[in-house]
Amino acid sequence: MNDLLATLAVVLGTALGLLSAIGIVRMSDVYIRLQVASKASSLGIALLMLGVAAHFDTLSVTVRALMVVVFLFLTAPVAAHVIGRAAYLTGVPVSDATKVDELAGAYDPDSGRLAGKRQTDDVGGHTAADDG
Amino acid sequence: MDGVPDLVIELALLVLAISLLLTFWRLVRGPSLMDRVVALELIASLVAGIVAVYAIGTDAPEIIDVAIALALVAFLGAVAFARYAERALRP
Repeated sequence: MNDLLATLAVVLGTALGLLSAIGIVRMSDVYIRLQVASKASSLGIALLMLGVAAHFDTLSVTVRALMVVVFLFLTAPVAAHVIGRAAYLTGVPVSDATKVDELAGAYDPDSGRLAGKRQTDDVGGHTAADDG
Repeated sequence: MDGVPDLVIELALLVLAISLLLTFWRLVRGPSLMDRVVALELIASLVAGIVAVYAIGTDAPEIIDVAIALALVAFLGAVAFARYAERALRP
């Protein structure tokens, strides 16, 4: 039973690793690649660690595998956010297929902080003026 | 069934190595610095996966510590790169 679970987890985790690698080659801009790299690979590593825990089936190994998974799930979103923010602030272009860029004009270019008001005219957002 | 079959371990290592090569292609190709940082982070994750599969294949549970250290260092590296790029490359 444990062997079957370990085999299944290794196969699925490896498949997710391959998927994230294919995604990072095929996707069209850095923001989409970021999604692929952080989500698919997090789940892939989590499954591989499940495989490790199921294969060895001792407390010390299970705790270590769990530590890797918890740490990965805590840090992957933070890293993805920091990288995405840095990419947007340094002016990495979005893909041509992007229809709506809701952050356009929202960042103050000098301080790098959110300016608080958006240029709603080119985003097409719903404002109070539309209701009047 | 006695442990994970050797064929599964070997195929998993092969597929993960191919994934590593694909990611390395993105690391070389770019085009922006942040693309390379994303590729580096994925490479660290894939190597942690290879370590996990290798630990199962060789029945050596102590190798898992390597995966822990790798996950820690990769996160710090990505954050440091992003902070540096934000300060240095802002247009």
